Amino acid sequence: MSGDHPDFLWRTHDPKRSYEVVIVGGGGHGLATAYYLAREHGITDVAVLEKGWLAGGNVTRNTTIIRSNYLWDESAAIYEHSLKLWEGLAEELDYDLLFDQRGVLNLAHTLPDVRAGVRRVNANRLNGIDAEWLEPDAVAEVCPILNMSPSARYTVLGATFQQRGGIARHENVAWGYARAADALGVDLVQGCEVTGIEVDRERAVAVETTRGRIAAGRIALVAAGHSSVLAGLAGVELPIRSHPLQALVSELYEQVLDTVVMSNAVHVYVSQAHKGELVMGAGIDPYVSYAQRGSFHVIERQLAAALELFPIFAQARVLRTWAGIVDVSPDASPIVGPTPVDGLYVNCGWGTGGFKATPGSGWALAWTLAHGEPHELNAPFGLERFATGALIDEHGAAAVAH
Amino acid sequence: MLLVPCPWCGPRDEVEFSYGGQAEVAYPRDPAALSDEEWARYVFFRDNPRGRFRERWVHTHGCRRWFDVTRDTVTHEVHVRRD
Repeated sequence: MSGDHPDFLWRTHDPKRSYEVVIVGGGGHGLATAYYLAREHGITDVAVLEKGWLAGGNVTRNTTIIRSNYLWDESAAIYEHSLKLWEGLAEELDYDLLFDQRGVLNLAHTLPDVRAGVRRVNANRLNGIDAEWLEPDAVAEVCPILNMSPSARYTVLGATFQQRGGIARHENVAWGYARAADALGVDLVQGCEVTGIEVDRERAVAVETTRGRIAAGRIALVAAGHSSVLAGLAGVELPIRSHPLQALVSELYEQVLDTVVMSNAVHVYVSQAHKGELVMGAGIDPYVSYAQRGSFHVIERQLAAALELFPIFAQARVLRTWAGIVDVSPDASPIVGPTPVDGLYVNCGWGTGGFKATPGSGWALAWTLAHGEPHELNAPFGLERFATGALIDEHGAAAVAH
Repeated sequence: MLLVPCPWCGPRDEVEFSYGGQAEVAYPRDPAALSDEEWARYVFFRDNPRGRFRERWVHTHGCRRWFDVTRDTVTHEVHVRRD
């Protein structure tokens, strides 16, 4: 640890016998939920239960891309709310998040890509979200190392560009929320796995854990890839499938890329971290898995596409690859709200793109827990939409193949 | 990389296959009789177990036939059914 950095950012708690709110899952969304419950609603009798260690899951396994350029009004509202929270977050948490609005390009390689991109830019603007359509010359100006040759394997026909998008240092985000939640009185309990959910007359009243029974006024499951397993403990079924999503980093290089580049068509998204490593993500592995590892050919294809787009990456060396288990929903949109069991709430289905939503997701779930009903931001993202048919299909804007 | 046991061609590399999700999901006998909730269950809800899972694969770049395997979603170990 460096000189002025404290040894511990939060206290270690043994769980109490009961809490007003129990949040299951100590990742970004769970910690953000706890923070906003305490900060916005004055509810501090809150525990965050984490089976491993805080921020050991997807919040530190993602490629840290932040943007709000989703197609539909419902998504635009919640992701843009999240982006606005990002814009003041480092100051609010008094913690450096290395949040950097370096812009996000979404490349178009085919005519359908171009049409979808232009449509999305127009939809974004109507929703008050900054978005531009860039012709190839303008794309080359924003990102000079892109292979813009008309004979390239993946010809760049244009791109959407959101200047306010960017990246942040993901572990700092989790730690910033954890420290702030702890300071407001939230109990952060690590090494505490939930093994059962006690339901009494159709109401969830307690969780069984590896550290004993903990009663709760309200329980929120915020466990990404493990959401189905947890909800199943209360007899609630979710339309979620858990898949590995792989990413990798290169060794450290001088800065060559000062924006984020994503390509839906070839399933690669790239940025360069402040330290210098190239950070790249792939599409999901097709099979259901909880193994936090994926198949090599997925990485191989992702790198092949990256090399076509960025010829100078040919000299780069891969340092590390890994996978997180993502909770993929049928319409590539999250599920945030109540369940058929009273007092039991879920926040899941963020799939391949949850990191950007961390502040907005926590904010909306905290509101929902405080009021016992969804906020208008997350009301469209209820579990009932799969029966009503009011899906929010964001497969186009989600950017990762499902 | 998974080694997928095609019952007709033997164990082959995962890249030869496409994934079909949960096995033994029957099309509803009388679709028109289903409520919206029942229809949603058929269309959108699938088992997502941590552990053994019956699933479909198709040998796309081989014999092109569909088959079921049981695979552990934590260890990725494939259990071939003997029946």
